[in-house]
Parts: sequence; structure tokens; C-alpha cells
Amino acid sequence: MKKLLTTSALCVAMPLAAMAADKPEALKIGMTTFLTGPASVFGVPARDAMNIFVENLNAEGGINGVPIEVTYIDEGAGAEALTSEYRRVAQTEGAEVMLASISSGNCQTLAPLAEDLKVPNLMWDCGTQRIFEEGSYDYVFRPQGNATSEMLAAVAYLLKTHPDFKTIAVVNQDYAWGRDSWDIFHTALEVMKPDVEVVGEFFPKFGAPDFSTEISRLQALRPDVVLSTSWGGDLDTFVQQAFQRGLMNTSTFVLPLAESSLERLGSSLPAGHIVGARGDHYFLHPERRDDPDFKGFMEQYKEATGDIPVYSVFHASQAFSALKTAYEKAIADNGVDWPDEEQLLAALDGLEFQGLGRALHLREDHQGVESQLMGTSAQTGEYPFATLENIMIFDGEGLLPPVGETSIDWIKGLDASFADALSVETYEN
Amino acid sequence: MNLTIFLLALFDGISYAALVFIVALGLTLIFGVMRILNVAHGSLYAIGAYATVSLTGFFLALGFAPVFAFPLMLVSAVLVGVLLGGPIEWLLLRRIYDKPEVLQLLVTFAVFMILEDVQRLVWGTQPYFRASALQALGNVTLFGVTYTVYQLILLPLVAIGLLFGLRFFLRHTVIGKLILATTEDREAAQSIGIDADRVFLFTFVVGAVLAGLGGALASPTTSILPGMGADMIVLSFAVVATAGLGQIGGAAIAALMIGLGRSFAVYVWPEVAVLVPYLIMVLVLLVRPEGLFGSPVARKI
Repeated sequence: MKKLLTTSALCVAMPLAAMAADKPEALKIGMTTFLTGPASVFGVPARDAMNIFVENLNAEGGINGVPIEVTYIDEGAGAEALTSEYRRVAQTEGAEVMLASISSGNCQTLAPLAEDLKVPNLMWDCGTQRIFEEGSYDYVFRPQGNATSEMLAAVAYLLKTHPDFKTIAVVNQDYAWGRDSWDIFHTALEVMKPDVEVVGEFFPKFGAPDFSTEISRLQALRPDVVLSTSWGGDLDTFVQQAFQRGLMNTSTFVLPLAESSLERLGSSLPAGHIVGARGDHYFLHPERRDDPDFKGFMEQYKEATGDIPVYSVFHASQAFSALKTAYEKAIADNGVDWPDEEQLLAALDGLEFQGLGRALHLREDHQGVESQLMGTSAQTGEYPFATLENIMIFDGEGLLPPVGETSIDWIKGLDASFADALSVETYEN
Repeated sequence: MNLTIFLLALFDGISYAALVFIVALGLTLIFGVMRILNVAHGSLYAIGAYATVSLTGFFLALGFAPVFAFPLMLVSAVLVGVLLGGPIEWLLLRRIYDKPEVLQLLVTFAVFMILEDVQRLVWGTQPYFRASALQALGNVTLFGVTYTVYQLILLPLVAIGLLFGLRFFLRHTVIGKLILATTEDREAAQSIGIDADRVFLFTFVVGAVLAGLGGALASPTTSILPGMGADMIVLSFAVVATAGLGQIGGAAIAALMIGLGRSFAVYVWPEVAVLVPYLIMVLVLLVRPEGLFGSPVARKI
């Protein structure tokens, strides 16, 4: 009889128990990032930054007294190893939240997996716009923009600063990002400036060590604008070789990811070329550089790594801020010590948070609305590498298709007035 | 396609071929003499490039003139050959000459994997770029297109020099003749008093120096980063297989075919440029399985 009573009491208590989870000893999170392979130019700085964020927060007592523990998973080990590690960290190690990933391909693999495993996943760095346009997820959120907003910002900046260009050529890496980004850029140009002629499309192999032939061809073609959405070693090699051979004197380069190569390119990126940063990510962010949290982090990061932070560090800061803000919000909204999964997911819906850049928010389709910073390279002599001038920060809202529409269809319906209608702040440097 | 574009594609193809040839030369020399396909050749190439970048950075920071980068390339190549090539032959390969080919291939592949991680340990994952040697030589403008003297003139000259230098060395010097004799018949050479072990060691070191030199010469033109060795070994293997394994002169012609094929593709049909080296290899091997200049008995793998 006593046993029966206890059981019934437990049964009654069960729904209550589900509403407030026990405070764990530590908040375990898993983060996929490239520690090996070419994309480790983003992955390693992001990991270094993440360690700083976690250390700082734990020193302040963590989230409601719970410290954070991160397990890193190497995306460079291949898709199969990645998914099994992801499963292991999410299930066996009991990570409450996962941060995945850098590669768009990996995001496309891991988003459905997160949904299956019922683990909240923040897509912290990948660019593909397809995830939320082609599917809908309960557990997957993106605390950053996507390829559409990044490419449209580049097009808008180009149209605003070089309204009279007539010809363009593209040199992108031959893989999903290189092809997709050109698809968006090209579609936007066709409707916003239909008189532009595409004189060359080159897709050298990913990781190509030599672009000499492409550069000779470009010198013979003499396009007004050369677009390259390449990154890492590929971008470094392409810009260096183009600079060595004088191509950068005759054509304006549009390099939407060059913010991540500024320091390595040094004096080889001359003045007058368009640089993007996959968001409002820049170590001299005009609106943020005097804020104490921004300055403090820049110093800590410089001390830890010796480098200036690149955009993946900013993306990591956004994901970390989204995580922290969501937990704090869920705790406050529900008046609990520690939120359960449902409460956390509810807090993530429409969340407003701020990393190292401007404040962001998540839309109802879980896509983040991120401002986009574009600028023109300048060699001022203040740093041994190019910095930016004539900086424009575009508000993210106007750069994304409405919820439920796909990017390419939406862009096809735009016209020449698009760039003028955007909300933008301009800074001299 | 007008004459100007034809000539531009020709220049690009030749300078690309020159670099590929220098690396393939070491690979084919080692195979020709020792009958071992050295996959670790790709790592030696990458380490040659890394070593050059580090040494150049160090000495230029001390205030040496940029021209000093050229002797440092040679120094790096020799260091790679002696410090890495020597021990690899002496400690590993020497034990497996009479073992099945598959095992030999696996051993050199293992060395390749180990050296890839060594690079990551020593130099990290961030790309390096140091073009002082290339900038020191300046540019030349042909048909309105600017080329670097380094890529258009120096690299092809070095490649031609190495080709004829190696031919002369093998045919007209005593050590060269010893190498040829050992290649022809190892046992017979030993029976007349040739120290075959030393000949093999010497050959491997020379091959490794050539790999390192390829990396050193490539370093001012490209980003030095993890994975560059894997790309190069695949490409230079395509050259060596097209030419016929062990064929030195053939490797020069195959490198030219592949270099020109690729550069003309960029002008005519850029979409297939990536495929061209392998298309050429497949076509040649379909018609002549032993390669353009190989003889059927020489084939091993």
C-alpha cells in the first residue's frame, strides 16, 4: 500500500518535474569546427575565441552558477567521423546544446541529425541559405546571416561605389560555396544592373596552388570588376598572384571574404578594392571599437593568439551570446533554476542577442538577421596590412527574403531600386 | 583563337609545366633506379616549401637583401634531401626492397601521412606567403599581359637546366654510370664491386633534394599550407605515369603536355581545366598502358 502511494505521488509529481530541470554540474556543449584542413583558418581562431568566452563567463560564475564545458569536434576529419562524433557528444557525453558547423555541407548533414537526436543546434558559421528555405526545423537555429544577405550586401556596395562598371569576371572555388555564391551574385546583378556583361567565369579547383593562367586570361579580357568569393589559402594565392602581375591596377576586385585574409595579405592587397566580412565583423568595427567589452576581447585575443580576430571569431561570439542569452531568458521567463529543453527552445524563438558586432535577432524560421559590413581597402601605414575605409553597414532585414520564400525567386523579383532602398550607415573608416 | 591568345596560353602552360616537371623528375628518378613509387615525395615537396619560407623569413628579418632568397632555396632543398631523404632510405626503404610492391607503397604512404602531421605540428595550419624572391626579379609585359620574370623565364630555365644536367650526370660521370649500372642489374653490379646500397642512398637523396627544390621554387608563387603535398604528388604521379615510370626525358614531355593542355583549357573551356591532366593520362594509358616512353617490362605497379 505504501508502495502504491509513493508511486501515485511520483506520478502526480512527474509533470511538475518536467517543468524545471535540475541544475547540472556543468552545461556541456559540443562545437564542430575545422581544426585540420584548409578551413582551419576559420576553425582554429573560432576555437581559440570560444575558449576565451567560456573562460571569461566561468570566471564570473557561469550561467546561473553553472559553468560551461565545451567539447570540440574536428570537421576536417570527414563527414562520417563528424556525424558519429556529433552523435557521441550529443548522446553519450550528454551535451545540452550543439554548435555546428562551419561547412555548409556539414550543416546540411547535421541539421536533420540534430532534429532526430532532439538536441538544440546553433548553426554558427555555415553560409548556405538553403537550410531554412528548403526545410523547417524545431531544434535548429542560426545566430548569423546567410549567403543571400552576404552576397546582396556585396552587390549593393558595388553598385553604390562603382555605379558605372560595364564588365565583370568571376574566379570562384569549384565547390558548393563558390557556385552558389556566384549564382546569387549573378542573379542579383541581372535584375539590378542588366547592362553588365559577364566576360569570364572561372572555377579553379578547390585548393588550386596556381592561378597564373586565369590571371593572364583576365589581363587579356580587362574586366572592370573581378569577383572572387574564395577564402583561405586560395584567396591569398589569387590576390598575391594578381597583385604581383599588376591585375589589381586595372580591375576593381570584389572580395566578400577578404576580411579574413587582411593580415596575411599584408601589403599585397592595395588600396581601392572591395572587402566583405560575412556580417558586421571587423576588428575596427566603427560602431563597436570603443565599447569596453569589444576592446577587452580584442586585447585578450591578441594576447592569446598574436593575431587580429577574423569573422569566424565574431560568428563564435554570436553563437555563444545566443546560447547564454537563451538560457538566461528561459531561467527568467519561467522562474526556474535551470530550464528544460522546451523552455530553452521557447526562449530561442525570436531571441535577441549581441556578440561582438551589432545586436541580432532570430526570425520565426530561426534564421538570424545579421547586419553586413562592407568596405574598401586602404593602406594607411597604421597597420602592416590593409584596413578598410568608406565602410557601409547594411541592416540585415532588407537583405533576406521574407520567411517562406526562396532566395533566388525573391531576388529575381527585385529591381535596380534595391540598393537605394536599403537601410545603411556609412563611416569614413 | 588568335595568335596572341595562343601565345599567352603557351607561356602559361610552359611555366606551369616547368614546376610540375621539377617535382616529377625526382619521383621518376627514384622509381627508375630503385623501383619504388615514393608517395612521401609530396611531403618532401611541401617541407621544401615550408623550409624556404621559414629560412627566408628569418634571414630577411636580419636585414639580408631579397636576392638572398635564391641561395636559401638551394639550402632548403639540400636540407630536405639530407635530413629527411637520407634517413627515410637508410632506416625504412632499405629493409623492404625485396618485399611486395604493395607493402613498399604502403610504407611510403605511411611516411607521407606522418610527415603531413609533422608539418602541421611545426608550421601550424595558417597559410604562409613569402614572395620576396619573385618580387626581386620584377615583371615583363608581353602582348599587354604582365608576367613575372620568375615564372615566365626562371622556372623554365631551371627545369631545362635540371633535365640536361641530370642526363649529363647519368651518362658522362662515374657516379652516374654506377647508378645506371645498378639500375640495369643490381646483382651484376654488386658482383663487379659496386656498393649498391650507397648508390640507392645517393639516388634517393638526390630525388628528395629535387622534391625539396620543387617546393622551394614553388614557394614564392603560392600559399604554403597543409595539403599542398597531396595535390602535388597526385599531379606529378600523373606526369610520371603518362611518361612511363622511370623515363626522365619522357617526364619533361608529359609535363609539357599536361601544362599546355591545362592552360589552353582555361582559355577555351575553363570548366574542364581541372580534368585535363587526368584526361591526358587516361587517354595515353588506354593506348599505351606502359606510358608514352615506357617499355612493358619496366612496369611494376
